[in-house]
Amino acid sequence: MQLELSAEDAAFRDEMRAFFTTEVPEDIRDAVAGRRELTKEQVVRSQRTLNAAGIAVPHWPVEWGGRDWSALRRHIWHEEMQRACVPPPLAFNASMVGPVIATFGNREQKERFLAKTANLDIWWSQGFSEPDAGSDLASLRTTAVRDGDHYVINGQKTWTTLGQHGDWIFCLVRTDPTVKKQAGISFLLVDMTSPGVTVRPIELIDGGHEVNEVWFSDVRVPAENLVGEENKGWDYAKFLLGNERVGVAPVGATKRVLAQAKEWARSVPTGEGTTLLDDPLTAARVAELENQLLALELTALRVVANSADGKPHPASSVLKLRGTELQQAVSELVLDLAGPDSLASGAGDSSALADWARRSAPVYLNLRKASIYGGSNEVQRQIIARTILGL
Amino acid sequence: MDFTHDDEQQALGEAVRGLLARSYADFENRRRTVADEPGFDEKTWARLAEMGVLGLPFAEEYGGMGAGPVEVGVVAQELGRVLAPEPFLASVVLAGGVVAAAGTAQQKAAVLGDLASGASVLAFAHAEPGARWVPSAAGVTAAESADGWTLSGVKEPVPHGARADLLVVSAAVPGSGTGLFLVSPGATGLARDGYRTFDGGRAARVAFDATPAVPLGEAGTDRTSTVAGVLDGARIAACNEALGAMEVALSTTSGYLKTRKQFGVPLSTFQSLTFRAADMYVSLEMARSVTLWATMVLAAASDGGPDENREVADAASRAALQVSRAGRHIGQEAVQLHGGIAMTAEYSVGSYTSHLTALDHLLGDGGFHLARLAAAVGGHGEVDPLP
Repeated sequence: MQLELSAEDAAFRDEMRAFFTTEVPEDIRDAVAGRRELTKEQVVRSQRTLNAAGIAVPHWPVEWGGRDWSALRRHIWHEEMQRACVPPPLAFNASMVGPVIATFGNREQKERFLAKTANLDIWWSQGFSEPDAGSDLASLRTTAVRDGDHYVINGQKTWTTLGQHGDWIFCLVRTDPTVKKQAGISFLLVDMTSPGVTVRPIELIDGGHEVNEVWFSDVRVPAENLVGEENKGWDYAKFLLGNERVGVAPVGATKRVLAQAKEWARSVPTGEGTTLLDDPLTAARVAELENQLLALELTALRVVANSADGKPHPASSVLKLRGTELQQAVSELVLDLAGPDSLASGAGDSSALADWARRSAPVYLNLRKASIYGGSNEVQRQIIARTILGL
Repeated sequence: MDFTHDDEQQALGEAVRGLLARSYADFENRRRTVADEPGFDEKTWARLAEMGVLGLPFAEEYGGMGAGPVEVGVVAQELGRVLAPEPFLASVVLAGGVVAAAGTAQQKAAVLGDLASGASVLAFAHAEPGARWVPSAAGVTAAESADGWTLSGVKEPVPHGARADLLVVSAAVPGSGTGLFLVSPGATGLARDGYRTFDGGRAARVAFDATPAVPLGEAGTDRTSTVAGVLDGARIAACNEALGAMEVALSTTSGYLKTRKQFGVPLSTFQSLTFRAADMYVSLEMARSVTLWATMVLAAASDGGPDENREVADAASRAALQVSRAGRHIGQEAVQLHGGIAMTAEYSVGSYTSHLTALDHLLGDGGFHLARLAAAVGGHGEVDPLP
């Protein structure tokens, strides 16, 4: 047993910390610190800054921009990024479609897409969920019928996050309706400017426009945009969702918000010379959350420090579950710290109330999604019960 | 960074597991043992001594093995797995820990040597009526006369206080805080009333009435910080013991869900039950992470001397809070998911719940440690677990 990072890993951490806090533009990091929504331009500029330094897609194959880092270094990279208020590279590009193309795509597809995907020259959207296929994703009904050297797509996708910015969308489509549902699915890349693609916004409970419905009406897609083999898409989707679970516990960002929350609590007076942070109930709530987050962070470290053989560590399944619960719990704490000020979410610059307090309710409401996406937390419990406890 | 045990530590764990299996592989043996006095198996205690476990954390010059907190944690986990009633925590970690931290070289050689060889069981008489997990003494006072030191007052509950061959006692010394003393079982004015604790353990009321006592180490030194340091180390060992117990409580529960049938099907077909078992696993793994971490913090700090150390105190509280929450969650759910069978003393799992409850209240429960942490919450930004 050994607590310290090796000298090399400690140096790596310092290097990452220095890069994130000095090289990524301050307006972007300020927006993250202030819990404001980033513009498309900010997301793109941030990712290109990382990509220029060769650290946007470290987990990809080296040939396509990866770094061959240990799991521990990837973890350090990810944590330091969040700690410095740097937005992580767009997940649809860096964590989802990029690794799928790099692993299952053909040479032409890799050359055509990977560099642009890493640099966010292409903004990818995810076309997985459908109105009747949520946790039961394999029951999806959007069809792709082969017609000469094209597929013709018809159907509807939903919950397409930031689809309004999307250039391309990677879709799971049904190519064989006659077999077991998992065996008739293919993975297709679709240019969102193709005729017949319609993106419609879905307004969410936080008042924002983050997700969309995407409709496909006789959309013709060249057959060369099929990734891997026809009807093998479910395997690629499982690979993708497995990657998604690993990075989905935002430990560093939640820790940072909790530290900010203490400062915010200190800014709320409760009497003569006392603040909300002096309130024993508030202090106990913060301390309990800090401890739960410590447990989560240490569990993540256990997973990355001892998963050298490439097998997923059994404890990794708890990271998504607990990580999203704590992310939500911290957003709930901030909402309660804001108290009545939280109602002023629609106020403009003339508001007398603090930014963080005005953002607290929309963030709280928005984060209810965290325990639903990436395999709902009930799906995670199912995985733990089945694969770990053997139930 | 590495959260795994090395080959030697794993071998130690396996050896202790094998030794304990001889006594407690059958839960009925454990039940019989705790029903009889002295509440543990003297043969098992002697075997642990032969293996070197009773001298594990002490320097070789005092008859010990010179091992550290990680090895102590390995042993504690194994004891927890079978609810072994032997007083490793009370005698070796607590009482022995106090002697190792405060005794003179001569005292350490004699007292720790006898402890390590199995010749002598120690108890740490520290808790007092009306005091809650404080490192100081108030109810038992020490007085010095021409004939030497005497103690007066009451200690309770004292784990294994009735069986102990030697008592290590904390006492208020007028003008110099809390002192530490050794008291022989035959000393005049000493009265010991032993009893069973709800988990099958043993504790005692120990009363002193002008009882002769020998100062441990230099007399007149305030040992509050020494006691605090030993308590924090023992908290981390107790977390390791609880970890072993929680692990088995969960595996027993998931095993039962697979075999017990109701409505013609195994209980594991009911998602309302399997989801709750999954949440128990989450609690277990979170508690394991913080316990292993706290054990490493203690190991890293052990070179710095025996006294209270701010990082160790913080780590001990963090582990104890996490384990308190997890122990209650897992203990309560283990009983509920089993149903009525877990309420019986004959079936094992309820005893795990019972012992986890005892461990929780021995050295400070979750609320106590949360209060310690909450008082310091404004003093740092983020909690950074790495040095």
